[in-house]
Amino acid sequence: MNPARKRVVRLIVALSAAVVLASALIYTSFSAASPAISPSQLVRRAQPGRSYQLTGTVVSGSVHRQAGVLDFSVEDRAGGTKVPVSYTGTVPDPFREGREIIVTVQKRGARYIGERDSLITKCPSKYKTAPAGEKQNY
Amino acid sequence: MAPLGRACLLLALAVCAYGIGASLYGVRGGRADFRDSGRRAMYALAGILAVAFAVLEVAFLRNDFTFNTVADTSSRTTPALYRAAAVWSSQEGSLLLWALLLSLWSSLALFLVRRRMREVAAYATAVLLGLAGFFVVLMLVYATPFATTHPAPAEGAGLDPLLRFPTMVIHPPMLYSGYTLCTIPLAFGIGALLARRVDADWTRIIRRFAIAAWLLLGAGIVLGARWSYAELGWGGYWGWDAVENASLMPWLTGTALLHSLMIQEKRGMLKVWNMSLVLATGTLAVMGTFLVRSGILNSIHAFGGATLGVPFVVLIGVLIASSIYLVVSRAKMLRSEHRLESLLSRESIFLANNLVLVGLCFVIFWGTYFPLISEALSGRESSVGPPWFDRYTVPLALALVLLSGIGPVIAWRRATLANARRNFTGPTLLALLALGALLVAGVQHKPLALAMFCCAAFVLGCIGQEFVRGTRARRAIAGEPVPVALLALVRRNRRRYGGYIVHIGMAVLFVGVAASSSFQHASELGLSPGQSSRVGGYTVRYVRPTATITPRQDAAHTGSTLSLGAVLDVSKRGRHVATLRPSQGYYDSGESAQGSVGHLIGGQPVSHISMSAGLTRDVWTAIAPDISSPSLQRIVSAGNRTLPPDEGLIAIAYLARSYLRSPPPAQFHLIVSPLVMWIWIGALTVFGGGLIAIWPVPSALRRAESVPSRALPSGELAQA
Repeated sequence: MNPARKRVVRLIVALSAAVVLASALIYTSFSAASPAISPSQLVRRAQPGRSYQLTGTVVSGSVHRQAGVLDFSVEDRAGGTKVPVSYTGTVPDPFREGREIIVTVQKRGARYIGERDSLITKCPSKYKTAPAGEKQNY
Repeated sequence: MAPLGRACLLLALAVCAYGIGASLYGVRGGRADFRDSGRRAMYALAGILAVAFAVLEVAFLRNDFTFNTVADTSSRTTPALYRAAAVWSSQEGSLLLWALLLSLWSSLALFLVRRRMREVAAYATAVLLGLAGFFVVLMLVYATPFATTHPAPAEGAGLDPLLRFPTMVIHPPMLYSGYTLCTIPLAFGIGALLARRVDADWTRIIRRFAIAAWLLLGAGIVLGARWSYAELGWGGYWGWDAVENASLMPWLTGTALLHSLMIQEKRGMLKVWNMSLVLATGTLAVMGTFLVRSGILNSIHAFGGATLGVPFVVLIGVLIASSIYLVVSRAKMLRSEHRLESLLSRESIFLANNLVLVGLCFVIFWGTYFPLISEALSGRESSVGPPWFDRYTVPLALALVLLSGIGPVIAWRRATLANARRNFTGPTLLALLALGALLVAGVQHKPLALAMFCCAAFVLGCIGQEFVRGTRARRAIAGEPVPVALLALVRRNRRRYGGYIVHIGMAVLFVGVAASSSFQHASELGLSPGQSSRVGGYTVRYVRPTATITPRQDAAHTGSTLSLGAVLDVSKRGRHVATLRPSQGYYDSGESAQGSVGHLIGGQPVSHISMSAGLTRDVWTAIAPDISSPSLQRIVSAGNRTLPPDEGLIAIAYLARSYLRSPPPAQFHLIVSPLVMWIWIGALTVFGGGLIAIWPVPSALRRAESVPSRALPSGELAQA
């Protein structure tokens, strides 16, 4: 095979490999992704065994911890629908009632089970202290 | 003081506009005096922004709450060290720091090249001033650090307690330095394309600043990881968070650039690729800043106001469009001088290393921006988690470590079988030996970790062999003792051996990552004093509770009002290992609505972890005391009803005593992680190697080297 043809073959092989790998990456990202939904959407759509990224606000007075399990309820940002979540794993320091959170959950009966270590707390701002509406759990 | 700050920003914008005009007129009109004037505009900009920064810093240190940003992010109870660092905790202050660092690093770069590549430098000056001007406009229009309120509030909101950690002083400036340094090769890349000059001098300039950017960005990333591990109460150092990823992406393309630039220097190849990497690294650095500042993606770092999104999108769009146009229109100029001769050559291995690094960057880019991509394509926001990232990054990291061993020892152009046998027999045997030892030790159930340990052993073998051969060659020249020969070897070829040390550090770092992520034991449990539990072979006993009040007594010096914790005894097979004292700090919220007592502890609670760190394992603990028990809540409520605002601490003292007298069960997070220390040791080694590589070789040394080298056989000469 002459050198020019060899280079073309190499280029085609390399590009094909890149396309295959990129396709696998894109396919798996869509199949492994958890859709981000609010409590009211979760109540309507949730199917057992499927993971969802629940985003909403922690309901005041709903936080209880028992034997390593953190129980709390999440409601829509505008209020309304509330869903109960049982979570185990790391709880970020900024977690508190009234604060917006993101947690990956699966439906199990009437409850939603939080995936271990998936709880993320969104501050209203990285830079400012909590507004008055947020309550410390003491 | 605020009017002075505002005047500085206006003056800075005028200087940027003048400098851009002068540089472009100087280069297009062939006027050296205007080119020099444009460069001096950058020095002036650095001076003006330094004054603006000093104004803001003084306002923070003097608790001048007329400044909105001071009132929002600092307070009298914030310790002085953190008041000084609070400047860059605010959106406005961090934009000012970005612009200041950009102007300082740009001034240094332009000063160092003032007598070289004058046309390229003039275009680069215009680009850098344009970027600085962009940040100045953001501060003038969207987020001004010098906005004031009269009359000033009596007290500020205080620095977010999560940020009260010593690393806060150094991590953001280091990261911003890395980001801003990434834009210098970008500016010189655009300058070279506009001036149609991509030669050896350009490569040398780019390389020096690319190493500096790589070094400081890497140090910033590791400091962030360390902060996360030691402060955030989750015991991890990397979570594939959007902000972490944003800093890693330019670092990866920067790493690829440092390797492929060598091919351009030696063989005149990969010019288009290198130019693309230069432009991509700079653009990714700006994108990283955009991601942090815009709040466009959810992150554990949780950002505020999304007002800066549109200007950043415009800037990134301009950078990408102009980069593509310039590379395509100058394609002829960037044609390779040689072609790849064999797949078994150093060029090929470096190219493979580049593909892996860029592949890693693409995976991380896709995963990080997937919420936006999925929303654009399907109308529904989705995201991928750490398992998805791990699926792709772990095999790529394995390939990268392996290549980092092969690359430095394989021959240029075409490797022969004899060359391969000479260079790889020893390291392969070492890797097999490591494999055997690990199988005997019973770690076969974690194949990926096993593969990483073997790859690391291979790398250490390859690099160690290079040091041995080089030292032997030095001894053959001068008959020096081994340590002297080794030092002389590194001193005389800092770039090469600095790079080798970086490879050793990376291998060590990956060993730490593989071991700590694969063999970690973690447990969440509730304990009362006297109770104990087992985690990872260790027995942890809750000995007694602890409590301190008032900011002055706060053992962590973070200014907490109340700190509740525990003394834990850690033992293994009956032998005492360590005494740990985790605690949680409670801070003043500044919200009078929470009551005279409630507000004192109503702020953000923060974990102060305690760990016993060692070369073989870390025992890590965090505590979440139950402050919501009815007896403690009664104290707060009674205090709120009966105590005036200035006597609230009496109730806090009573609450602390009550907690010590009858502590409710506390929740503990316990982790035993092996070899975490080696992550930090590896990172320090990488940093040391990078410093050696960037340190200029004194001209006397370069001259002296040529004399004895004539006496060497050619094979040994190559090693010396």
